[in-house]
Amino acid sequence: MSAMKEMTKGFIKENPVFVMALGMCPTLAVTTSVANAIGMGLAATFVLVCSNIIISLIKNLIPSKIRIPCYIVVIASFVTIVDMAMHAYVPALHKSLGLFIPLIVVNCIILGRAEAFASKNNVLKSMFDGIGMGLGFTLALVVLGGIREVLGAGQFLGMNVLTEAYRSLPMLAAILAPGAFLTLGLLMGLMEIFKKKH
Amino acid sequence: MQFIGSMFTLAIMSIFVSNFVLARFLGLCPYIGVSKKLDSAIGMGMAVIFVMTLASTITWLIQYYLLVPNNLGYLQTIAFILTIAALVQFVEMVIQKVAPALYKSLGVFLPLITTNCAVLGVSILNITEEYTFIGSVMNGFFSGVGFTLVLVLMAGIRERLEQAEVPVAMKGMPIALIVAGCMALAFGGFAGFKI
Repeated sequence: MSAMKEMTKGFIKENPVFVMALGMCPTLAVTTSVANAIGMGLAATFVLVCSNIIISLIKNLIPSKIRIPCYIVVIASFVTIVDMAMHAYVPALHKSLGLFIPLIVVNCIILGRAEAFASKNNVLKSMFDGIGMGLGFTLALVVLGGIREVLGAGQFLGMNVLTEAYRSLPMLAAILAPGAFLTLGLLMGLMEIFKKKH
Repeated sequence: MQFIGSMFTLAIMSIFVSNFVLARFLGLCPYIGVSKKLDSAIGMGMAVIFVMTLASTITWLIQYYLLVPNNLGYLQTIAFILTIAALVQFVEMVIQKVAPALYKSLGVFLPLITTNCAVLGVSILNITEEYTFIGSVMNGFFSGVGFTLVLVLMAGIRERLEQAEVPVAMKGMPIALIVAGCMALAFGGFAGFKI
């Protein structure tokens, strides 16, 4: 039961993006479409779960003074695995995410969970924490990517959802850089109102 | 003459056209986190320019004299992040010893820079864009200047925002993001700017 709680807290209550404002760079950069958002979210989830498991296994072996470099090496190894696997199996997605795959290394969500959770809890809990936080991150990316894709291209996951008249003249700014900041800002404001009501 | 011309182009490109924060979405954490006060924004900016220039120099050398000759290209991510972490630690120790006054103003920002994606980002970009050695160093420096420029502008705006009447729900992070969006719109004007 407690494992379930570790997992679901990442979805809404401690959502890494909307509530804790972590991992902003990939959140804003790759959410131009839902497909990108899902790809990035799952890649980060994989790295997060694996690094959480390994770090909680070796937490007693690491001297506390050099723990951060140790965590970074563990995380970077998994990022390299993801990078190479995506290059081999989903080259199109790999190309559109580009620079942001190696940059998962410096995603503060992953280092943050390693430091705040995996280094203090057992393997099973850390794994569920990783899954929950990773899926929470993916959820946030998909919401943001969905809004931006629908507004900016009239599509959702590549399928046409708005009328042809809209699609011929969409709100292009939503897909460009300013749209990312504005959408996330407004969503965080909404989140704030939502929290006050409950 | 041609050298100066190409450097000027590079400077305009990395400071304005493809600004690290507003167009490439790199280094957003310090951009939002350290932009509450003008003084600390300037300190952070200076530290980032310094580390980005150094990191560009060293990672370029590592890539072309260590990784490529030994066919270790796949170790790029690990090698670069470790280099940056070690570099930041080293710079911190040197500054503390040599210039205690500078350390006092930059010191607190240095550890934060390891996890600043702009530093790793510029190192990887230098390689993927196939810059020459001089080009990489310059790109590192000017990207840092671009980062500092928007960070300082943002800090100036946010100091004013403190006194503004903002809807309660939008206080803090949300309004900072909206401001960033407006700045990105303004910087969007530079896009398509060809020299």
